[in-house]
Amino acid sequence: MKTQNVKRIIFYIFLVLLIGIYLVPMYMALITSLKEPSKINLLTSWSFPAKLNFGSYSRAFKLLKTDVSNSLILAISATVLSSFIGSINGYVFSKNKFRGSEIVFTLLLFGMFIPYQIILIPLFQVLKSIGLYGSLGGLVVAHVIYGIPIVTLLFRNFYDQIPGSIMESGRLDGAGYFGLYTRLILPLSIPGFVVVGIWQFTQIWNEFLWGITLTKPSANPITVGLSQLAGGQAVSWNIPMAGAFLAALPVLLIYIFLGKYFIKGLLSGSVKE
Amino acid sequence: MMKRRKVLFLALIVSLLTAGSGVFANGTQEKAAAPAAAKANVQQVVLDNKTPGGDLEIFSWWAGDEGPALAALIKVFKANYPGVNVINATITGGSGVNAKAVLKTRMLGGSPPDSFQVHAGQELIGTWVIANRMVDLTPLFKEEGWLKVFPKDLLNLIGTKDGIWSVPVNIHRSNVMWYVPANLKKWGVTAPKSWDEFFTTADKLKAQGIIPLALGQAWTVNHLWESVALGVLGADDYDALWKGKLSWTDPKVVNVWKTMDKVLKYTNKDAASLSWQQATDMVVHGQAAFNIMGDWASGYMSTTLKLTPKKDYGWSPSPGTNGTFIFLADSFGLPVGAKNPDATVAWLKTCGSKKGQDAFNPLKGSISARTDSDLSLYNVYSQSAAKDWASNRIVGSLTHGVVANEGFMNDFSSVMEMFMNNRDAQQAANACQAIAIQNGIGK
Amino acid sequence: MAATISKTRQRDKLTSIFIILPSIILVGIFIYGFIGTTIYTSLTDWGKSAGLALNPVKHFIGLGNYKDLFTGFIHSRFRQDVTNTIFYSLFLLAGTLALGLFLAILLDRAVKYEGLFRTIFLYPMSLSFIVTGTIWRWLLSPNGGINLIPTAFGLPKSNFLWISSRTSILTFNWQNLPTILFIPLGLLTLFLTFRNIRKNKMTRGIVYGIITLLLLLYITVLRNIIPPILPFKEKHGLNLATLGIIMAGIWQYSGYTMALYLAGLRGLSESMKEAARLDGANEFQYYWKIAIPNVKPITLSAVIILAHISLKLFDLIYALAGADNINTGHPAINMYLTTFRANQFASGASMAVILFVLAALFIIPYMIHSHRERKY
Repeated sequence: MKTQNVKRIIFYIFLVLLIGIYLVPMYMALITSLKEPSKINLLTSWSFPAKLNFGSYSRAFKLLKTDVSNSLILAISATVLSSFIGSINGYVFSKNKFRGSEIVFTLLLFGMFIPYQIILIPLFQVLKSIGLYGSLGGLVVAHVIYGIPIVTLLFRNFYDQIPGSIMESGRLDGAGYFGLYTRLILPLSIPGFVVVGIWQFTQIWNEFLWGITLTKPSANPITVGLSQLAGGQAVSWNIPMAGAFLAALPVLLIYIFLGKYFIKGLLSGSVKE
Repeated sequence: MMKRRKVLFLALIVSLLTAGSGVFANGTQEKAAAPAAAKANVQQVVLDNKTPGGDLEIFSWWAGDEGPALAALIKVFKANYPGVNVINATITGGSGVNAKAVLKTRMLGGSPPDSFQVHAGQELIGTWVIANRMVDLTPLFKEEGWLKVFPKDLLNLIGTKDGIWSVPVNIHRSNVMWYVPANLKKWGVTAPKSWDEFFTTADKLKAQGIIPLALGQAWTVNHLWESVALGVLGADDYDALWKGKLSWTDPKVVNVWKTMDKVLKYTNKDAASLSWQQATDMVVHGQAAFNIMGDWASGYMSTTLKLTPKKDYGWSPSPGTNGTFIFLADSFGLPVGAKNPDATVAWLKTCGSKKGQDAFNPLKGSISARTDSDLSLYNVYSQSAAKDWASNRIVGSLTHGVVANEGFMNDFSSVMEMFMNNRDAQQAANACQAIAIQNGIGK
Repeated sequence: MAATISKTRQRDKLTSIFIILPSIILVGIFIYGFIGTTIYTSLTDWGKSAGLALNPVKHFIGLGNYKDLFTGFIHSRFRQDVTNTIFYSLFLLAGTLALGLFLAILLDRAVKYEGLFRTIFLYPMSLSFIVTGTIWRWLLSPNGGINLIPTAFGLPKSNFLWISSRTSILTFNWQNLPTILFIPLGLLTLFLTFRNIRKNKMTRGIVYGIITLLLLLYITVLRNIIPPILPFKEKHGLNLATLGIIMAGIWQYSGYTMALYLAGLRGLSESMKEAARLDGANEFQYYWKIAIPNVKPITLSAVIILAHISLKLFDLIYALAGADNINTGHPAINMYLTTFRANQFASGASMAVILFVLAALFIIPYMIHSHRERKY
C-alpha cells in the first residue's frame, strides 16, 4: 500500500512538471509584458519583474484597437453566416440523402484540406473584380466560402446522431421538409451551433494568410496587427508580448469557459463516431 | 457500377477544373509580346489647384525608429493642408522587406494607397512604371521648378522617356562603416581603409574577444555585399556589372564572393535573428567593433539613441570605397487609380519642398535630395555626407532598388542565402549570371 | 398513397439539391475553379515583365516553371524548402503523436483534477500561430530564454542558434535525388512483383517486374550516362534551424493529439480492460497490445490533420523566424514572396501547385477511404 502511495506521489510530481513545461511560454510572455521596457534584458528573461508595469497593455491595446474591432466584426459575422449555411447543408446531407449526395459531400469536404496558397492568386483577382478587395467584407466572404466544408461536416456529424425515428414521427405528424427542419431539427441543434460557432470563431480569429494578403491596413485583423507589432523586432519586447496576450485573450476565454465544446469541435472535425 | 462511379467522379473534377480556369483565367493572351508601356497609356497628373480634403493614405515602411522623420514631414503637410486627414499606413521591416509584398497585394487588388514609398531607380521603373501603374508627374515638376533643383542624375533614375514618376525625398548613403571612436582607441585599432586592412584589424579584434563586424538579418547581408563588391571591384566595374558589360562569372566578380566569404567569418553568429537596429546596438554597446549599414543608422543613433555624431559614434566609407558614394533615394509617387489625387498632389508638393525635406531629413539621417537645402539644419554626419554627395563618384545601390529590378533582387537574396550555407563562390557567381539573364539585367 | 410518397420524395430531393446548390456553386468556383486557374497560371510566363500591369501579358509555356523549380539554377531555395517540408511533416507528426499518446495514457487513469491538466495541455491549441510565433521568438532568442535553462543548474548557457543556425545534417546531393527516390520505389515494385506472381496474377507481376528492372537499370547504369538533373552539386538536408519551429509546433499540437487519443482510450470498453487484466496483462502490455491497436483510426485522422497543418506552417514561420529566413523556409512562404514580392506570378503559382500536390498525396486517399466508409 505504501509503495502504491509513493508511486502515486511521484506520478503527480511528474504531471505537475509536465504542465510546468507547457506553461513556460505563457509565463515568459506574461512576465515580459509586465516588465518596464528598460528592465527587459535577455539575461534576466526568466526572472519575475521587480515592479509590475501594466502600461504595456494599454499601449498595445491602443495600437491594436482597430485590429481588435475588425477581428471581432469579422469573426462574429462570418461565424453566424457560416453556422447557418452549415446547419442547412448538414440537414440535407444527413437527413435528406439523395443519389449522388455522398459524392457531392466528399467533393465539398476536399476543400477543407487544401493549402490555401493554391487559391490565393485567383481569390485575389475575384475579390478585386467584385469590389470587395481590401475590405472586411471580402474577408468575410472568403471565410464563409472556405468554411463551407468544415461547417457542413460538423453539422452533418451532429445531425447523424439524431435518430431517424424522430424524423419519422415528425413526418407522421404532417411536418414537411422545412417544417421538420425548423420545428424538430433546429431546436435540437443548439449544442451543434455552439460547437460550430466556437470552432469557426477561433479559426477566423486566428487566421493570418488572408488577413495579410486581402486587406488594407484599415481592415487588418488582429493577427496581422500583432505581426506588425512584433515584426519590427523592436528592442522593447513588452509591447509585442502584451499584444500577444490581447490577441490570445478571446480564444483563451472561450477555451477556458467553453472548453468542453471546443474539444467536441476538435474531435468531431476528425473522429467519426 | 463502381467503375462508372469512379469515371463520373473523375469527369466531374476535370470539368470543374477546366470550367473554372476558363472563366477566371483573365488577362490577355497576346501572341506577340506587346511593348510593356505603350506611350498612349500614360496618364498625366492633373493640376487643378483645388483645396484638397478627405483622406490621404500614405504607405511606407517607416515604422518605429524611422517614424519620427515621417511624422515631421506629415506635420509640415498638415500645417499647409489642414483639411486633409492623413492615414499613415506603415508596415515594419527594414528596407521594405515586408512592406513591398503587402503593397503588391494592394496594387493588384485595385486598391492602391494614395501615395507610397518606393526606392528611386529600377524598383520604381522596373516594377511599377513598366506595368503602367504610375501617373506621369512632369507637369508637377515643371510647375514647382523641380527640374532645376533636383540633380540631373537623380531625375534620370525617376524618369523615363515617357515621363517622371515620383518625387524623391532624400538621399541615403549605403557604404558607410560605423564605429565608436573611443572603443577603437581602447582596442588599439583604426577604421580600415581596404578589405585587406580590415582582415588584419579584424584578427586583432578577434583576439580580444570582440566581434569585428556586426551583422543583422537577411537583407543586411545583401547590404554588406554591395559594399564588398564596390570595395573589390571599384566603381567602374561595379557599374559595368549592372549595365551587363561585366559578366557575373568573371574572375573579378568571383573574387567578390571569395572576399565576402572571408568577411562573413568575422561576423556574429546570431545575425539572422537580429534587426538592423540590434546590429547597430552591438557596436554602440561595445560588443562589436564595426557595422556596415546605410546612414539611417545615423538617424537611429542620433534621433532614437540620442548619441552625438563624431563624439559618440564615428564613421568612414566602407573599406575600399573611399571617394565613392553608393546612394539610394526614397520617393513618393501617384499610383494610377488613387482615390484622392488632389490630396496626393498636395502631399507630393510637400515631399519635394525645401521645407518638407529639411524637416524630414535631419531626423532620418539622410540628406535632402534638393541641391539648395539648408545644411545648417543637419548634424555633422549629414553635412559630411552632403559634401561627399557633391564631390564623390556616385553609384547606385542594389539592395535598395536603384540598379536592379525586384525580380533580380528577390532572386539575389536566394542566391545569397545559398551562399551563406555552402560558401561556394563559383556557384554563387554562376547563379547570379543565371538570374541576371532571367531578369534582364543590363538590357 | 405510394404515388404521393414518391412524389414527395421527388420534391424533397429537388428541394435538397436546391438548398445545397449555392454551396456547390461557391465551392465549385472558389475551390475547384480556382485550383484550375492556379494550375493554368503555373503553365504561363506571367510575371516576366510588367507582371503587375492591369491586363498582364501571359504566354502559355507548358511545364517550364516546374522544370525550373526542380532543376533550375536559381531555385535552390525552393528545393531546400521542399526538403524542409518533409522534415517538418515527419517531426511534427512523430512528436505530436508520441507526446499526445503519452499524455493521454497518463491521464487515462483516475487522475485528480484531470480537467485542469487536460486544459493546460490543450490550451496552446487555441492560440494562433502568430501568437505562438511571437512568444517563441522571444523564448528561442540566442542569448536568452531556453538557452539560459542550463544556467539554472549551474551549467554554462547553451549557444544553440534555434532559428538562425546554418548547420545542416543528413545532407544529400540533389543530383542523387532520382536514385534516392528510386531505391525504395524499386524495393516496393520488387515486392509487388513477387506477391502478384505468388497470387498467380502473371500479367501484373510481369509489369511490376519490368518496372523494377528499369529502376535497377537506372540506379546501376543509366545514372552515370544521363546528364544529372542539376549541373552542379547541391546539398540539402535537415537544417537545425527548423528544430525551433518544430518544437513550437509540437508544443502547440500535442495537446490536440492528446485529446483525440484520450477520447479514443475512453471509448474502449471497460470489459476490454477487464479481460486484459484477467489475462494477466500489466498496464504496459494493455496499452501496447490492446489499446494502441484499437485507436488506430484516431491515429489515421491525426496523421491527416497534422500533415495538412504542417503544409500550412506559413503563419508560424512568418512570425517566429521571419519570411526571409531561408534555413527555416517553407514552400508556402516562398510562394508568397515569389508571387507578391518578386512579381513572378507564374512561378509562385507553380510552387502553390506543388504544395497542393503534396497535400493531395495525403488527402485524396483519405477522402476516398472515408467516402467508402460513409457509404457502407
